[in-house]
Amino acid sequence: MGIQTEEMMLNMGPQHPSTHGVIRFVVKSDGEVMTEAVPDVGYLHRSIEKIGEICEYNGFMPYTDRADYLSAMNANQGYAMVVEKLLGLEIPERAEYLRVIAAELNRIISHILSLGAVAMDIGAATPFVLALKEREKVNDLMEALCGQRLTYSYVRIGGVSYDMPPGFIERSLKFLADFEPFMDEFENLVPENKIFIERTAGVGVITREDAIAYNLVGPNLRASGVDWDLRRDMTYSVYPKLQFEVPVGVGSQGVVGDSFDRFIVRIKEIKQSISLLKQCFAQIPEGDFLGEIPRVMKPAVGECYVRTESSRGDMGYYLISDGSKNAFRVRIRTGSFTSMSIIEKISRGMMLADLVTFIASLDVVAPEIDR
Amino acid sequence: MENFAIHIHESYLYGLPLSVVNLIVMFGAAFVVLLGFVAPFAGLLSFIERRIAARIQCRIGPNRVGPQGLLQFLADGVKSLFKEDLIPKVADKPLFIIAPYLVFLGMFTSFVVLPFSSQWIVADLNVGILYLFATAAITVVGLVMAGWGSGSKWSMLGGMRSAAQIISYEIPTGLAALTAILLAGSLSLQEIIAAQGPHPWQWYFFDNPFTFIAFFILFVALVAEGNRAPFDLPEAETELVSGYNTEYSGMRFLFFFFAEWAHLYVLGAILTTLFLGGWQVPESLLASVGAESIAARILELVFFQLKIYVLVFLVVQLRWTVPRVRMDQMMDMCWKYLVPIGFFCVAGVAIWMMLFPDGVSFVKYLLIAFSSAMVLYYFYKVYRNFKDSRAELELNPFV
Repeated sequence: MGIQTEEMMLNMGPQHPSTHGVIRFVVKSDGEVMTEAVPDVGYLHRSIEKIGEICEYNGFMPYTDRADYLSAMNANQGYAMVVEKLLGLEIPERAEYLRVIAAELNRIISHILSLGAVAMDIGAATPFVLALKEREKVNDLMEALCGQRLTYSYVRIGGVSYDMPPGFIERSLKFLADFEPFMDEFENLVPENKIFIERTAGVGVITREDAIAYNLVGPNLRASGVDWDLRRDMTYSVYPKLQFEVPVGVGSQGVVGDSFDRFIVRIKEIKQSISLLKQCFAQIPEGDFLGEIPRVMKPAVGECYVRTESSRGDMGYYLISDGSKNAFRVRIRTGSFTSMSIIEKISRGMMLADLVTFIASLDVVAPEIDR
Repeated sequence: MENFAIHIHESYLYGLPLSVVNLIVMFGAAFVVLLGFVAPFAGLLSFIERRIAARIQCRIGPNRVGPQGLLQFLADGVKSLFKEDLIPKVADKPLFIIAPYLVFLGMFTSFVVLPFSSQWIVADLNVGILYLFATAAITVVGLVMAGWGSGSKWSMLGGMRSAAQIISYEIPTGLAALTAILLAGSLSLQEIIAAQGPHPWQWYFFDNPFTFIAFFILFVALVAEGNRAPFDLPEAETELVSGYNTEYSGMRFLFFFFAEWAHLYVLGAILTTLFLGGWQVPESLLASVGAESIAARILELVFFQLKIYVLVFLVVQLRWTVPRVRMDQMMDMCWKYLVPIGFFCVAGVAIWMMLFPDGVSFVKYLLIAFSSAMVLYYFYKVYRNFKDSRAELELNPFV
C-alpha cells in the first residue's frame, strides 16, 4: 500500500501579489504541481454597466475610465464612438487624430506595464521599475494633454475635451526619440535573458484553435498566431490613413502561443504604436477638437454595438437607447474577462510558478474583468 | 578567555563557583561578538544591498538616517522591536516562536570559525569547514519549522521548498569545498588560508582548472543555500506571497532577514577563505607595519573584508538583475549539472595533485589572464552602459 495522499486546496487571492488586483483562484495542488486552477471573478464588481443606465450619456464617460484604468483612453474612445454612432454625429478630423494619439500613447504605457509585470512575476524586480519610469513620462504627457494621469476622461462625445497644448508634439517626439532606445534596451534586458526564456518558453501554450474557441482577443489572440486586429480588419477612426503592421506570434522559442510569444507580441505592438504616433503627429490637421453636439443627447430608439481595439484587445460597447436622456442598457465587453475563462483549461497540470507566469502573460486587469 | 574568567571570578563574582562564572563569561563574550560583529555586518550589508538595488532600479535608496543613510538598519531594527508580535491563531505556537531563532542561530554560530585575520578567530576548529556547513544546515530546520508552524499553506510550501533546496545544494557545496580541502590537506580554515598565499597565483582559485570550476560551483550553491535570487524560491514573493516568513512580524520577521544578510557575509567569507587566499597580505606590506603589530592584523582584516565585499557586491547585483528559476529547473541544475561537475572537479584535482605536485605555473597564469579578461570585459560593459545611458528626460512642464 502506498502512502495515502490527498490534494491540497490552495486559496490564491483575492489578496495575492501576483493576481494583479482582486482576483481569486481556487487552486488544487499536489505540492508544486497543481491539478487545476479555477478562477473566481467578481470581487471587483462595481456595477459600472448599471450605472450607465442611470447616468446621462455624457455623465457616463468618467466611469469608462474605471472599466479599464490601465488604458482609460481606449475605453473612453469606444464609448464615445458608440454614442456618436447612435446620435449620428460627425466628429472633426483633428479630434479623431487626437483620440488616436491619446489611445496609442495609452497602449504604450499599458503594454509596458504589462511587460514589467510579467518580468516581476517571474522574479525580476528591476524591469518593472524601469517600465514604471517610462510610464511616468507618458503620464506627464497625458497630464499636459488633459490634466489627468490615470483616469483621463479625455475623450468626449463629439470630440475631445481639450486641444493639444502648445509644444505637445515636440515634447512627444522628444519622448519617442528617447523611448525607442529604451525598448531596445528592454528587449536586450528581459527577453534575451536565459532564465526568462526558460521560464516563459512553452509555458501556458494556447493553440490557435483554443484561442478562437475561447474568444481571446488582442495581443493574446495574435500571439497564438491569429492575424486579427480590429484597427486593420474592422477599421475605425483614422486608422485607415495610417500604416502599421500587425505583429503575430511566431513561436520564436518553439511553440506558437506560449507566454514568451505573448511577451514578444506586446513589445512589437509598442514599436508599432511608436510608428503610429509619429505618423499621427505628421498628419494631424488643423481644425476643431470638438464638433457640434446637441445640448441634450436624446438618441433615437435603437441599439448599437461598437468594437475597438483596446490594449487588451477587442473592447466592445453595446448600447440600447429608448429615446430618453439615459441609455436603456449599457454593456461592456472586455478582453480580460474572456482570457480568465481559458485559465482553467490551460492550467491543468501546470506548476504553481508557471500559473503565475501564465496569468501575468495574459495581461489580465482585474477591474476590466468585473466592471 | 579562561584567564579573564578567573580574573572576573577573583575580583567580582567570588561567591559563585568558577564553572558558573566561566559560563557567564562565555555567554557574555558571545553577546559581545553578536552585537559587535554580526549585527553591524548584517546591518551594513542590508544598507549596501538596498543602495545597490536602488541604483540598479533608478532609485535613490535610504539616505536619511545617518550619513548617506548608513544607520538606516538601526532605525529599522528599532522600529521592528516596537512592532506588534502577531502569532496566528492556527499557528503551532512553540514551533512558530522558536523557528526564527534557529535560523538565526545557524547563521550566527558560523561566525565562530570565520578567520578574520591570522590571529583573530574565535575558535580555529580542526573541522572548521565541516562545522560551517553543519551550522548552515541548522537554518533548514528553522525554515521548515517556520513554514509548518505558521499554519498557512503558502508558508508550508515555502518551508518545503527551502528544505528541498538547501539540502540538495549542500552536496555541490561540499564537493566544491573538497577541492580546496584536498589541496590544503586540512579542514581547518586557518590552515587552508595558510596553505595559500597573498598573491593571486598562490590562490586556490587559480591553482588548476578544476578548482577554477569548483569556485563557481561553490558560488552558485552558496547563493542557492542562502535563498538569494535567482534561487529565492522559498520566499518567492509573487508565487508564495512571502513563503515561510509570510505570517511573521516585528522582531521575529527581522531575524529571518538578519540571517539572510549574515549568510551573505558568510558566503563571501567561505569563498574568500577557500579560494581567494583569505586574509593573506603581501609580506612586504606586512613588514612595513611590523609583522606582529596590531596594525598588521587590521591590514589582514581589511584585505579579508575587501574580498568579501567584492563577492557580496556580485551576489547583490545578481539578485536584482535576473529572474527567478523554477523549482524543477533548480533541482535539475543541482542534480544534473552541479553535482556531476563537482565530482569531476574533485577527481580532477586529485589527479592533478598526483601528476603535478608542485602545480603548473603556466596554467595558473593562463587562468589569471582569462579571469582578468573577464573582469576587464565586465568593467568595459559597465563603462559602455554608463556612456550609453540616456540623459534624464523631463516632460512635465510644471516641474
